[in-house]
Amino acid sequence: METKTYTISVYSENNVGLLNRISAIFLKRHINLESFSTSASEIPDVYRFVIVIHVTPDTVRRLVQQIEKQVDVIKAFYHTDEETIFQENALYKVKSSALFEERHIQNIIKNSHANIVTVSPEFFVIEKTGFREETEQLRKDLEPYGLLQFVRSGRISVTKAKMGISEILNTFKNNNN
Amino acid sequence: MSTSSQEKSKVISNISGAEAVIRCLLEEGVETLYGYPGGAIMPIYDELYKFQDILHHVLTRHEQGATHAAQGYARTSGKVGVAMATSGPGATNLVTGIADAQIDSTPMVCITGQVASHLLGSDAFQETDIIGISTPVTKWNYQITKASEIPEIMARAFYIARSGRPGPVLIDITKDAQFEHFDFGYKKCTGIRSYQPYPILDQVKVDEAIALINQAKKPFIVWGQGVILGQAESEFKTFVEISGIPAAWTILGLSALPTDHPSNRGMVGMHGNYAPNLLTNECDLLIAIGMRFDDRVTGDLNTYAKQAKIIHLELDPAEVNKNVTADITLLADCKISLQRLNEKITPKSYPEWIQRFDELDAIEYKKVIHHDLHPTKPGLTMGETIEMINRFSKGNAVIVTDVGQHQMVACRYAKFNQSKSNVTSGGLGTMGFALPAAIGAKMGAPEREVVAVIGDGGYQMTIQELGTIFQQRLAVKIVVLNNDFLGMVRQWQQLFFDKRYASTEMVNPDFVKIAEGYYIQAKRINQRDELENAVKEMIASDQPYFLEVCVEKEDNVFPMIPSGASVSAIRLE
Repeated sequence: METKTYTISVYSENNVGLLNRISAIFLKRHINLESFSTSASEIPDVYRFVIVIHVTPDTVRRLVQQIEKQVDVIKAFYHTDEETIFQENALYKVKSSALFEERHIQNIIKNSHANIVTVSPEFFVIEKTGFREETEQLRKDLEPYGLLQFVRSGRISVTKAKMGISEILNTFKNNNN
Repeated sequence: MSTSSQEKSKVISNISGAEAVIRCLLEEGVETLYGYPGGAIMPIYDELYKFQDILHHVLTRHEQGATHAAQGYARTSGKVGVAMATSGPGATNLVTGIADAQIDSTPMVCITGQVASHLLGSDAFQETDIIGISTPVTKWNYQITKASEIPEIMARAFYIARSGRPGPVLIDITKDAQFEHFDFGYKKCTGIRSYQPYPILDQVKVDEAIALINQAKKPFIVWGQGVILGQAESEFKTFVEISGIPAAWTILGLSALPTDHPSNRGMVGMHGNYAPNLLTNECDLLIAIGMRFDDRVTGDLNTYAKQAKIIHLELDPAEVNKNVTADITLLADCKISLQRLNEKITPKSYPEWIQRFDELDAIEYKKVIHHDLHPTKPGLTMGETIEMINRFSKGNAVIVTDVGQHQMVACRYAKFNQSKSNVTSGGLGTMGFALPAAIGAKMGAPEREVVAVIGDGGYQMTIQELGTIFQQRLAVKIVVLNNDFLGMVRQWQQLFFDKRYASTEMVNPDFVKIAEGYYIQAKRINQRDELENAVKEMIASDQPYFLEVCVEKEDNVFPMIPSGASVSAIRLE
């Protein structure tokens, strides 16, 4: 079966050890993660994991079943790229001299719609939010000028369809009462 | 955390975390637990000393034994088994039993001591990250660092272990939390927001399932441990009897329906019976009840029941379409699903289809069973020993088995009249399981005869638990089927590795002397004419009893589906 990029979204309680428990599900199946990020969600006290993997449809379905089985997981979903709006964020640290000596670098920044976050006498930092190809292109463009540091975040994404976590939580509450 | 709850019990002021742990166990109805003391759990053991009149702690000889004993207790009593150990090596020694309980869905709560919270992460004496280590093999785990967390976490632990698809939970408690004082109040956990253990059955699916059953000409049931865990034995029997459908069991489903029930057609899987394995690929409807299509049951999935429609009665959503895609899934406790099916099922019979089972049974009897049970060769067989146990136990014993040839033979031939009578390590295949599991099995069902049937290999993995049996004066009957080999591995070496017997031959000690060293009555036999009296004497004894049966050295277990092959490739020789 053909592999594809899937974004898994997990809504969970905020309990110590859950991160380990979820990553163990991938480890057990020898699956490498493309990216992993975790943050607060739209609901107070509910946390959200965004995990990107490249697997077959059957594998992602089984993975999500196993994730959802964990006691502290409220609900897990998986989506294709077409079903989500997603972004990554990258930071680029460059010598300040490059900015003043190489006029071309100013054009690169302008054309890539990147933002300058900070400028100091020694270095300046550029931030770029976008798709992987865009942050990657900017990295390639800046490389000749001496990248002091480069870092890219994991994917964050929201789905086009609604997830209805509040409704799910209400149903759970009623089931328990 | 949001735990919906009943009224809190009366508050007891200013008690230690250690005492709170004991009070939690009492609140949960625990009467027996298994464990081994050590530095980081000493405050809890000190409290156990004070509560010893109402809470019976069994000192095993190794922490692994404590987990298997807790498992055996859970399997025969239906209650949550409890095991306790200290930090570091005490905790890591629990891991095999925890993994076994996880894969076999056994409700168990393990409590481990941990170094004081200020030492966490400092590589302190006997510190291990047991939360990290046990995460992949527990249903849930939690580290307590404050005494005030104890009541709610312990309540959750028991709720999670026993509800839904049961499993093991590990609670790690730092030593300072055991010493810390607080005001104790207990409320049982009745629900957790993110945890929905009982899916609500979709009635439409029930109607669809009934329609499929009504159309079927050659329906076939395979049931698993879900029937026992769901306490659905009576609903299951009704379903089988009204529907008239032949039924076969997975190893953990054994004993849910009496052996001599006319619809019980034996075992499926690698060493299962000929008819149910072959007819899996002939039936037109496969009804899977509380089973998970393990690879030892299905063999090659690409050739498994491809011709059949499949109805799957399952409680765990993660098992749905995991290995085999079902046409209809009844996602609920199988007790409820079976009740709903029973309301609508039409009485039927399938004489021609049943005839197919009878024909294939006759072939298996002639080629395999007859030789196992009525051998003409001089050497004793495992099969005739099991048959002799049946004769004197009358099918009323709990049979505890280890892993390997003796396990397959015991499961194939042991007779069972009632449920919760087969205790074995199914999914994990843990050698060394049986002897300690038999301790728990006997304590979980003290009025019943408990016979542990063990191979000479697995017996020596946990042989030290003879000490526990002696100290507890438990009337456990131990039968070691000794062929001086790791028999199942040797069988594979014979069949698939050109008889290269790499490290499978065992030079064994005098097992009788060892048992006698533990003051356990013991006997060794190697002649057929000794078997009847020996088994008779063993069953009649009201004390622990050890019987070594020296069996044929190089016997093989048949039928056999070679690993990874189709169920249709089942071999009789």
